[in-house]
Amino acid sequence: MKFLCMECDRQMTFEERAIPGDGTLTASFRCPACGRSVAMLANPYETQLVSSLGVKIGGTTIDGAEPMALAGEFLATPPEVPGSPRWDAESLDRLARVPSFVRGMVKRIYADWAKERGIVEITTAVMDRARTDLGLEGM
Amino acid sequence: MTRPLPTYHDLAEPDRSGILAQVQAQHARVAARLAAVRHVVAVASGKGGVGKSYIAASLARRLGSAGHAVGLLDADLTGPTAPRLSGAARPPVRPSDGSVQPAVTADGVRVFSAEFLAAPGEPVRWREPEGDAFVWRGTLEAGAVREMLADVAWGELDLLLVDLPPGPARLADLHGLVPGLRGVLAVTIPSLESLDAVRRALLLARDRGVPLLGVIENLVEHACPNCGQRHPAFEGDAGARLSAEFGVPLLAHLPFRPTDPELDRLAAAVWAAVERS
Repeated sequence: MKFLCMECDRQMTFEERAIPGDGTLTASFRCPACGRSVAMLANPYETQLVSSLGVKIGGTTIDGAEPMALAGEFLATPPEVPGSPRWDAESLDRLARVPSFVRGMVKRIYADWAKERGIVEITTAVMDRARTDLGLEGM
Repeated sequence: MTRPLPTYHDLAEPDRSGILAQVQAQHARVAARLAAVRHVVAVASGKGGVGKSYIAASLARRLGSAGHAVGLLDADLTGPTAPRLSGAARPPVRPSDGSVQPAVTADGVRVFSAEFLAAPGEPVRWREPEGDAFVWRGTLEAGAVREMLADVAWGELDLLLVDLPPGPARLADLHGLVPGLRGVLAVTIPSLESLDAVRRALLLARDRGVPLLGVIENLVEHACPNCGQRHPAFEGDAGARLSAEFGVPLLAHLPFRPTDPELDRLAAAVWAAVERS
């Protein structure tokens, strides 16, 4: 997407992008000649449509990107099962290191394992036991 | 007189987002991953419930057992079945060098499925605004298939089978992602309803220039549990008619619960069709 300053007949330059978290996206552009700026305001539909291509407005680098980056961004965490155990801070830190495209699934697997055993809080020790028990090396 | 409005290409400077370049880079990533794969073949049908996934998994296992290096990509995001059908256990998640390891079956088949992205027994759920998901769902699912092609460490393969969901849409996506797609194997049952549905899908495939490798007619007959005699399961001859209409071989008639020799003959016929293509 490009923006043209019709007055100056100059291509406007990208300045800033904002993702406020409500599904919308704002990007601003400025004319290098006259300094006039405009903002492009995308509604949630437009934003999601572009995002679902796996591209970033404002640019990104695909080479070296985390594998399954699109799946990681858009896969939803499975819903919490009532009575699921708590997670302590250390176990949540460890969970955060799991690749994003499987994080929700892995969280659910640990939670189900702990719940079946009546464990009310997941710690790193619980995660270690579950990992050995379930053969989840690497998770 | 007003001058004509300029177009995107009239402006010489690149756009900062480079959306087009990003999409091209995604395609290049797929091509780089598949450079070590001799043949990519789709297993498709215009109709659900014809045993397409069973055929894809059986083919993969038979060809793997015969010594071919085979991969199986389960591109059915809403109803993934390849892990169970192929005997592939959920692989450990160890992303490294920008890739994800596939599961490997006892036959040596490398398998990846959307099932590996969801908790056991759970559907794949997407994070999306409520309502109107049709606006982006197709794009998102095509992107997920792209990532399974590009980001799974398939390694060197003789054949990557892509098990597609029913209907023609995902075949078009796959053809766009894999310009060197060797072709499509069409699975049907004998009935006239299946004939109509598969014909429509194959016409669309032909319109897009996707080579048709052959037709597999499945669930043709079943064996009496008492006397063993085989009886037709459906009225019709969809396989023969599709084969004649599209000028491609009818690669197999398979009964319910085909025997090992029948599956071996199917695998041999498919491999010959792929090598001929």
